[in-house]
This record gives sequence, C-alpha cells and structure tokens, in this order.
Amino acid sequence: MLQQIIDRRLAGKNKSIGNRERFLRRHKDQIREAVKRAVDGRGIRDLVQGEDVHIPRRDISEPVFSHGPGGQRETVHPGNDDYLRGDRIERPPPGGSGSGGSGASDSGEGEDDFVFHLSKEEFMQVFFDDLALPNLARTTLADTPEFKTHRAGFSSDGNPSNLHVGRSMRGAIGRRIAVGSESRRELTRLEAQLDQLLSHPQPSPHEHEIAALRIDIEALRARLARIPYLDPIDLRYRSRVRVPVPTTKAVMFCLMDVSGSMDESRKDLSKRFFILLYLFLTRHYERIDIVFIRHHTQAQEVDEHNFFHSMETGGTVVSSALVLMDEIARARYPTSEWNIFGAQASDGDNWHHDSGRCRELLAGRILPLCRYFAYVQVADEEQNLWDEYAALAAENPVFAMRKATAAAHIYPVFRDLFKKEGVAA
Amino acid sequence: MTERATQPLPGPSDWSFELIEQYHAVIRETAERFGLDTYPNQLEIITAEQMMDAYASVGMPVNYRHWSYGKEFISNEKRYRRGHMGLAYEIVINANPCISYLMEENTLAMQALVIAHAAYGHNSFFKGNYLFRMWTDATSIIDYLVYARNYVTECEERHGLDAVEQLLDSCHALMNHGVDRYRRPSKLNLAQEKAMRSEREAYAQQQVNDLWRTLPRKADKAAANAPARRYPEEPQENLLYFIEKNAPLLEPWQREVVRIVRKVAQYFYPQRQTQVMNEGWATFWHHHLLNTMYDDGHLTDGVMIEWLKSHTNVVYQPPAGHKHYSGINPYALGFAMYSDIKRMCEQPTEEDRRWFPDVAGADWLATLNQAMRNFKDESFIGQYLSPRLMRELRLFSIVDDEHDEELEVVAIHDDAGYRRVREALSRQYDLAHREPNIQVWNVNLRGDRALTLRHVQHNDRPLDEGAAEVLKHVARLWGFGVQLESVNSAGDVSQSWTASATPAD
Repeated sequence: MLQQIIDRRLAGKNKSIGNRERFLRRHKDQIREAVKRAVDGRGIRDLVQGEDVHIPRRDISEPVFSHGPGGQRETVHPGNDDYLRGDRIERPPPGGSGSGGSGASDSGEGEDDFVFHLSKEEFMQVFFDDLALPNLARTTLADTPEFKTHRAGFSSDGNPSNLHVGRSMRGAIGRRIAVGSESRRELTRLEAQLDQLLSHPQPSPHEHEIAALRIDIEALRARLARIPYLDPIDLRYRSRVRVPVPTTKAVMFCLMDVSGSMDESRKDLSKRFFILLYLFLTRHYERIDIVFIRHHTQAQEVDEHNFFHSMETGGTVVSSALVLMDEIARARYPTSEWNIFGAQASDGDNWHHDSGRCRELLAGRILPLCRYFAYVQVADEEQNLWDEYAALAAENPVFAMRKATAAAHIYPVFRDLFKKEGVAA
Repeated sequence: MTERATQPLPGPSDWSFELIEQYHAVIRETAERFGLDTYPNQLEIITAEQMMDAYASVGMPVNYRHWSYGKEFISNEKRYRRGHMGLAYEIVINANPCISYLMEENTLAMQALVIAHAAYGHNSFFKGNYLFRMWTDATSIIDYLVYARNYVTECEERHGLDAVEQLLDSCHALMNHGVDRYRRPSKLNLAQEKAMRSEREAYAQQQVNDLWRTLPRKADKAAANAPARRYPEEPQENLLYFIEKNAPLLEPWQREVVRIVRKVAQYFYPQRQTQVMNEGWATFWHHHLLNTMYDDGHLTDGVMIEWLKSHTNVVYQPPAGHKHYSGINPYALGFAMYSDIKRMCEQPTEEDRRWFPDVAGADWLATLNQAMRNFKDESFIGQYLSPRLMRELRLFSIVDDEHDEELEVVAIHDDAGYRRVREALSRQYDLAHREPNIQVWNVNLRGDRALTLRHVQHNDRPLDEGAAEVLKHVARLWGFGVQLESVNSAGDVSQSWTASATPAD
C-alpha cells in the first residue's frame, strides 16, 4: 500500500498567532513605550509603520534550575591537537565558548535586547488603544441611500446567472424518485406476474392475461418515461438580498493657519495632529473625505500638497476659514449622509476684532453640524482667540481644545482629546 | 542481491508529488530489505512559515497556547528572515502514523534524504528504542495534545488569560523536574484521561487534607518528644507531581493544568535522553539507504552529490577551539558510532576483538538493532565507543576545578586514557548529571506549611542564581513559603534561597 502524501501548504499558516498575541499582551507596557518613542521621532510620511520593539532579555527569560559556575566538572572535547595527559591550560575567561560541552548557548546573542518587529496593524492597534470617537451617534439610517448585497440562501426564481446547478439537480433527483415511485412499484409487481405466467409450458392457458399485462406494462413504462429529467420547479437560484447599510462616511475638515507667524516647526506640529486624526478616522469609517482649508487673511481650499508645503505670509483672520468650512459643508456634505469632523490648528494669533466672530460662527453654524471639533494651539501664549474658545469649550461638549508646543506633546494631546470615557489616558 | 535497476529515477531539482512517491517507493523497498521496522508513514508537505509554526509549538502539530511559544516563533522568524538560520529540512513526530513534515523549499534530492532520514531512520528509532516504547504512547499523543489545548483554552475563558499564563509560567519553570525518571508512568489514553479527570480532582482535594489538619492530635504527650514526622516520608524527585498531588491551595483546574505540563514533559523526556542515538541512527540510515540505492542504480550522480553535500554539513564536527565549536555535534558522534559498530562487525581489528568480543565479527544488522533498541545516550556511549573512534575524533577530557588556577587535561585518546574519556563522555550525556538534582525534602506540617527543596550538589557544582526566580514560581504553585537548600559533598548547606508565598491576586 502506498501512503498518500498530504499537501498541508494551504492548510493555514499563522497557527501560532495565538501565541504571538499572548506574547504581545504580556509585554504591552514595553510595546506602548516603544510606540510612543517611535511616534515622537518620526517624520510625517512614515508616521505609522511597523516598529522594532526592544525588550530587555531578562524580562522575557524563563528561569529553570541549572548549574552555575564553580565546583568540579569534567568535559570531553573533540579535535585534540597537541595536548598530553597532565597538560595544564589557562582558564578561558568566563562566558567564552569552548567550556560547555553540551550547554551551548542557543540564543547566541548574550545580553542583547530581544528585538522584534511590530506589524503595521499591531502598531496601529497599540497606537490607538483605548481611544474612541466621542459622540459616536451615527447619522440616521432612514435616509441612507447605500445598500449592500449579500447572500441569503436559495430561492426558486432568479436569473440564469445565479442558477445553482448542484441544488437544482438534487431537487430533480428527489422529484423523479418521488413522482415515479408508485408507478415503479406497480411495474415491478406486473413484471413479476408476467414472468410467472410466461414460465408455464406452451401453449399457455393465460394468453389473454399475458396480453393485458403487456399492455399495462407498456403504459407504465411510458408514464415513467414521461417524468421529466429536469423540471422548472427543480430550479434553484442563489438568492441575494439588498440590505441598507449604515452610513460610514466621514469628512474631515483640516483648518490651518499659514500666516507669517506660523513657522515650519509650528506647521509641522499641526500636520502631525491632522495625520493622527486622519489615521484614527480610517479605523472607524470606510470612506473618508478630507477638505484642506488654509488661511491667512483669506481662506482657500487647497489640495494636500499645497496644504502642507506651500509658503504664505500675511496677517490672520481666522473667521475666514470657518466661513469657508461652513459653506463647503452645507454645499457638499449633508449631515444626513456624512459624519463631519473638524480640526483646527493655529498659533492663536488673530486679528483681535475677529475672535468674537469666530466663536459665534462655531457656536451658531458649525458645531451643530459636527460630530467633533478639535482645536489645537501650537503656541504657548494665550491670546484673545484662546479665551473666546475656552468659553465655548466650557459650554459645548462637541468642542475641545488643547495646547501642544513640541512634537512629543502631540500624541498625548491627541490621546487626551479622544480618550474613551472612563479610561485614564 | 536485487537486480540492478535498468534506469535511475529521474533527478530534476524540482520535486513533484509523483516523483516523491516514486522515490518513496524505492526507499521503502530498500528499507524493508534491511528489516527496518517502522510505524506507517505519513508524509506532509509544508511551507517555511508552517515549519516555523511547528518549531514554535515544540515540533508538535498542536499544542496549548503560551506566550513563550510566541517568543520562540518571533525570534526564529527574525533569524530566518535575516538569513542567520536555516530551517530544519524536516520535522518528524513520534506518533502513529509517524508524521514527517517535508519543506516545500527542499529540492528533490533533499526530499529523498529527508524521507530516508525521518520517515525510516527516526521512525524506526521511535518504534524500536526501549525508552520510547516504555514512556510514550505514539498512538495517542496527538489526541492528548488536542485535549490539552482545548482544556487550557477553556480555562482561559473561565479563569482569565492572566491566571492561566501565570500558572503555565510556573509549571514551565519546573518542567525539567516534572518527570518520573525511574517509575514507569501509565501511558496516555484520552478516553481514560477524561473519565478519570473528575474522579481524580475530587480525590486529589482529599489528599491534601493532611496539610490542613488543624485539630490537635489527641495525645499531646507523644508529640513533644517524638521526632517530627517527615512529609513526604521519602524525598521526591518529581516536583510537579508532588505539587499536583499535595499543594494545598490549588483549584482542581490548576491541578489539571499542572498535570498536562507534566505529561507533556514526560513525553519529551526520552527524546532528551537519546539525542545522539536518535540523530545518529537516522543519519546512519539515510546514508546507508541512499548509498544502497545508488549501488542498485536508482540514483543519478547529481542527486547523489547533492545529498552528500548536505550530509557532510550535517555531520561536520569543528574541533575544540575552532570559532564554530560549540560542543560535540550529536549527528556527527552518533553517525560515527553506528558506522564504527558496522565496521567492527565487518572488518574487526585485533584491538576490536579485545575490546568488543561480542561485536567483532557479528552480524552487523542484528548488532546495530540491539544497540538501537536497548540503550540511551549515556549507556550507548559507555558501551560502544571504541578506542579507534576516540582516536579518529581525537577526544580528550578536561577537568575544571574551582580550587585550581588552571584546567587540567586528565585523559586523551591513548591507552591510558580510553576508559576515562569514554566514562566522562558517557556521563556528559547523563541527564541526571547535566541537570541539578533537586528533590522535595520536607513540608513543615506543624507550622507554616513551608516547603523545603533540597539540591544535592554533584562534584560541588552549585546552582546558578536563576534559582531564586524559579523558587518564586514554586512558591506561587505551592501557595506557602518555599525554601531551597543546596548541599555540598561534605553534607553542609552551602547555598540557600527562600521565597515567600505570593500574595493572593
């Protein structure tokens, strides 16, 4: 008997994914620390990649009872060159190789850290761990125009492309068996009778009966032959149904001050904040639009490249950006379909008569549309814009504001803004 | 003598299922000619990633989940991806049928080598060697591991990941001390295991009652001067077994997990004792089978050169002092010893007749079989290492004494040294010599229920400092304070550690 060779290659890899999860779970603190360090030091483009995590080797060692140095031991080695009995050899320094006959180090790396690579998904998982979108009441279902189709068993009508051959043939076999069973039983009985009559010696006294039987048998055969091989009622189609899906679209408005007082480092801080928000939203929504609005004394909608890279100078009128955002949101992103998020970054410098107007615009026009509106000030100095906004934040839960003055602050500020209720940041 | 094949098997470098089957058929036929007795073979093709999965779960197709296997996987994967490590060409599982994993990346010649090595070499060793016959049950190990995995998963759901992880950590720390060395354990049987589990749980809880006895004994008078009763009465070497049966605070499910770890350790115990013999046997047979096939005209020169190259790498033994030297290569030593036994049977010298009167000139197949079946590494070397082989390997023995400034070469491969070298090498493979001898010494029944372990030093070799960490694990399992005393050859306690019970969490 020749045994079969089994091809296991398709039978799932990653069998030890459960073990990996347990490993990551055990070293959560170190991993979190590594992620935090990674984010602080990284450029914007590669903010979220995997990351190498270092764990001190002693933290992951599994202790067992073993012999320490000392005492008397005798070991045998191969490859004697010129030793004779009684020769004395200088003791090799501890930790050197060649002394442990069988106790060769399996790690081969000594006291180095244990380093492993966190995949991008795992990195994101840790990165946004414990964070949640506030006010996550999704836009109502009733008027969502989006549908998804998915399978819902089988139905007896449909179009030919959905025909399920296996199911249909199974039905046909069942029907043929069921419909023909009575006639077939009768046929068997009559044939047996006929055989019995024919077995009598010739000439038979039962000529009549034989003739009658033959006619009946023919009739039955004909009836059986008329049972269709495949009948329309056998056909089964794969059924697909359309179900409305809750909207999972979000639009993110990025508002950035590009006036003369915003230098490169402040812009960089703002960008980091926007990117974090974007990545975070991608974990919650399937489709995300981003609207980039930059402003000095006038606001302008730009593409991503211009938003992050072009240089502008001039004074600052923050309300111009808010007006533009309001216009765009009302024109293009009805709240029945879109979840709207706003993120504004500025150094807090504003034409002083404008700050009051900003607050009115936000409170009256913009915040009612938004799921969440976050303001980040990338300078320490509190000017009138900060004061106006602070008053607003106190009375409106959709609005939040923080200060961040160094790259290392961005991530904690972000965590603070989006921390899950009841979970310490 | 079989007839010479008219045409060799095709030898392209890429394998296909048909080609593997053709090769397998010839290898099997050749193996049968030499009377290799094996379990039925099941060959499975796997990918490199699956091979690493198998590595991570100690070579078994299933195992319970634990972070340390994840660690193993991660470090293997990293080293493999950076090219620091080649993966083994095969993994073979001591089960019935015997499962051999062949890597997808292997060439056809390598697949042939692997089949001869694993599916006939290792397989016949598993079936024949007395340790495996006595201690493991090949038919039920997979079932038992499936049971273990499900049970541990169930515990994780019921008692939380943390509780199970801590328990497994502690058990793993004692895994090497969780085997019966002399008493033959009952074989694993899944159906019985399940049926007996509840019974055992109830019984085990009763057994710990001696530790809980708080009522004063009736007669105080005798207790005062009677020597304190020792518990256990005899020292016990199987720490996990003792804990499973006696630890006062363990819940029934915890006892069951301890038992699972103990059983798995027991299953691997023979493998740890027969490294040289097992690998040597498999290497000897792939070498012999493939050479025979070549002589019969089945193999092309190309295939032959390819597997020989790989064979040479496997049995390479760098000399001491070489930068790649890390101890004796078990493949090299085992292969050399079996080949040497065959040589002594076929072409004995005068010296062989003096040293091995039973072997010299005997039937080599029967002698080899005898050597494979009835020994473990320690006794195999003690019995069969010949002076000629010692000269070939240029073995020498060094004594490292802490009271001495320098190391001393006490014996080399000469007339005065053969016996000493052989004895020393044999001892080197004695597990009882390699691992510290630690036993359960006493439980303080009257007082704080503290557990005392005792390490008996062999040649005054102390324990290393990791013992303190292990002791914490013991304390976690025991539930009360634990102390460890290390006793030197003069009978004095030279080292001691204590660990207090971990606070209940």
